[in-house]
Amino acid sequence: MEPTQLTKTQVKKTTITGAEALVRALIAEKVDTIFGYPGGAIMPVYDALYYYEKELKHIMTRHEQGATHAAQGYARISGKVGVCLATSGPGATNLITGLADAQLDSTAIVCITGQVSSKMIGTDAFQETDIVSISMPVTKWNIQITKAKDIPAAIAKAFYIAKSGKPGPVLIDITKDAQFETFEFTYEPCHHIRSYVPNPQIDSKAIELAARVIDSAKKPLIVFGHGILLADARKEFQAFVEKTGIPAAWTIMGLSALNTDHPLNIGMLGMHGNYAPNIMTNECDVLIAVGMRFDDRVTGDVSRYAKQAKIIHLEIDPAEINKNVTVDVAVLGNCKESLDQLTKAITPKEYPDWLHRAKELITTENEMVIKDELFPPENDKITMGEVIRRISDISKGAAIIVTDVGQHQMIAQRYYNFRQWKSNVTSGGLGTMGFALPAAIGAKFGAPHRQVIAVIGDGGFQMTIQELGTLFQTRVDVKILILNNEFLGMVRQWQDLFFEKRYSSVDMVNPDFQIIAKGYGITAEKVTEREDLESAIHRFLSHDGSFLLEVLVGKENNIFPMIPTGASVSEIRLE
Amino acid sequence: MEQFTISIYTENMIGLLHRVTTIFTRRHINIESITASESEVSGIHRYTVVITEEEVNVKNVVKQIEKQIEIFKAFYHRNEDIVYQEMALYKMPTNILSQTREVEQIVRKHHARLLAVEPEFTIIEKTGFKEETQDLFEQLKPHGILEFVRSGRISISKRMKEFQDYYSEVEKASRL
Ligand SMILES: Cc1ncc(C[n+]2csc(CCOP(=O)(O)OP(=O)(O)O)c2C)c(N)n1
Repeated sequence: MEPTQLTKTQVKKTTITGAEALVRALIAEKVDTIFGYPGGAIMPVYDALYYYEKELKHIMTRHEQGATHAAQGYARISGKVGVCLATSGPGATNLITGLADAQLDSTAIVCITGQVSSKMIGTDAFQETDIVSISMPVTKWNIQITKAKDIPAAIAKAFYIAKSGKPGPVLIDITKDAQFETFEFTYEPCHHIRSYVPNPQIDSKAIELAARVIDSAKKPLIVFGHGILLADARKEFQAFVEKTGIPAAWTIMGLSALNTDHPLNIGMLGMHGNYAPNIMTNECDVLIAVGMRFDDRVTGDVSRYAKQAKIIHLEIDPAEINKNVTVDVAVLGNCKESLDQLTKAITPKEYPDWLHRAKELITTENEMVIKDELFPPENDKITMGEVIRRISDISKGAAIIVTDVGQHQMIAQRYYNFRQWKSNVTSGGLGTMGFALPAAIGAKFGAPHRQVIAVIGDGGFQMTIQELGTLFQTRVDVKILILNNEFLGMVRQWQDLFFEKRYSSVDMVNPDFQIIAKGYGITAEKVTEREDLESAIHRFLSHDGSFLLEVLVGKENNIFPMIPTGASVSEIRLE
Repeated sequence: MEQFTISIYTENMIGLLHRVTTIFTRRHINIESITASESEVSGIHRYTVVITEEEVNVKNVVKQIEKQIEIFKAFYHRNEDIVYQEMALYKMPTNILSQTREVEQIVRKHHARLLAVEPEFTIIEKTGFKEETQDLFEQLKPHGILEFVRSGRISISKRMKEFQDYYSEVEKASRL
């Protein structure tokens, strides 16, 4: 087929193919980077991309799952929509994990898949899968396009839906004949869909009521989540916390919305969170939840969660109100606005006794958990915590930390001192092993001038290890820290605590990660002894380009505190 | 657990019904009946879904349904808050009707009607509550039913202009 596209130097035609229309629509949406992998049913789009190389950079990952996580990392850090491209059939089904992850973690990504020709649909054609049905439960919206003329409007709608309201993943499946078909191209961005209300009006009565409840509180607690980062409400949230003087605790998705060392930041909520916020959840008299959704990893046994407290919920999604936890005051709306209004409506107060209680609990955790993690006995193996804390200190808490899933994830979030807004990228809701490496690559593209550190376990690293190839080819600078405990650590910990140490299929016989990294042209080092750690971390962080640092850590260290499944937040265990 | 009828106002779009049914499937809620048709507003469709559930769960399901992009609004109702009906069709051999007067009497007593009379078979139609169409079924059964089918529930709320109040807001917003 003759390409109908024109090079940049020529006047742009308006009668173009669906494939070119897609590319021009993406450019109209100010997309400059996309992640993907080619194949038969998407080839017309790749052909169109060839002509738009300068405007639209395509990053070829080594697996479509990697493309979705890269798009997620990109979206989470840049605040823009992440875009993925894949072919039909296996290419499309490889997107599912990333879509599900983005759905649970409210990440704005648009995935475009090729589909067999419309005439072939339903015939079990080569590489035909019904990706629209398959992806339905893991997308905020999806659609199949069979006519070129429908492409611009679908793209416009996709971007609007992905980023508005509670963000989420969108999939557009485009048949190959629609990609080839020519039509008269025009582009109109979407700003409104009549059946969709992304930003509920804030009810001033709810604000007033919330303010009155907060003003009457003696032991209030703020719990905050991803919503603050998504709403870009850094200033509004900090102002709210500082004016109220109320201690605040974060879900892992809310991490880095308030500096870790902010005097009112009392730490992490939930299963492996800090002692103080979990205990205080069941002691407070008013719980102010901002942009979080009471996930079971945060609440523990929900029937014993903050029962004594009046609960105020600032939330953009009406479906989250009273879903897991019944609340007393619901403030629907974008928290950037509701926080601002609420801050104006409250009277500043001080809670010395309550903050003293926090200090007491923090001291307890310091004594019983943190001291040993950060300053282990000389002859013990290196702990994950000391590695993370050194990296935190040397990088001054300014890096973007992208974590995989497992013990290292919890440790990274507990012990890195985040001092910069929007610096934590993790797979929270889905807990996707293999997330970190591709997401870190995406994050680097989303913030080229920031340092990006991926923290990964020896297990999860091998789930998307092929993305080292993407690093190699793109030459972007991502630091990879492998915390190697030669186990599927988190699962081993559960077997240790709840299955009487029956270690079933958690023992990892690992390859030589340094040789693998070197095969991809990536500098690598392995540290096994504490005395070598400090200098290795310096080399790791100051190296010009990607660097893989593997640290051999204690094999059977457990992460504490811990709220066992089914227990209440107040039953959090310190050992 | 109680029976609830959910009325869902939607754009007319391929795949949307699937999106809605997965919301029930995922929560292991059995759909007792479902119907779909155009509503009083041209271009806007209405699904009627009947389920038996706890009200708290129904509330959450309704919000999840409304969360779907092309859904305008979903309402849930108790049976006393709606007027509802189902339709049933019964196919019987015509010779039974001509041989005995009993079937004809049953049809009259139940306020059913003969929809079609063909040389070989006759179709009887009955609109009513499920118990009523079932009752007619039981009575006709001994005389030989060849085929039986019952529609899903259709229902109308007793509130005046339930959707239209909402829709006028939507139209206003669309004009902005
Ligand atoms: C794709 C996927 N499969 C399985 C799991 C279950 N899982 C959770 S944590 C974990 C162990 C992770 O081991 P590793 O990557 O070595 O990290 P560690 O816990 O040792 O730090 C497993 C298997 C998961 N979260 N994701």
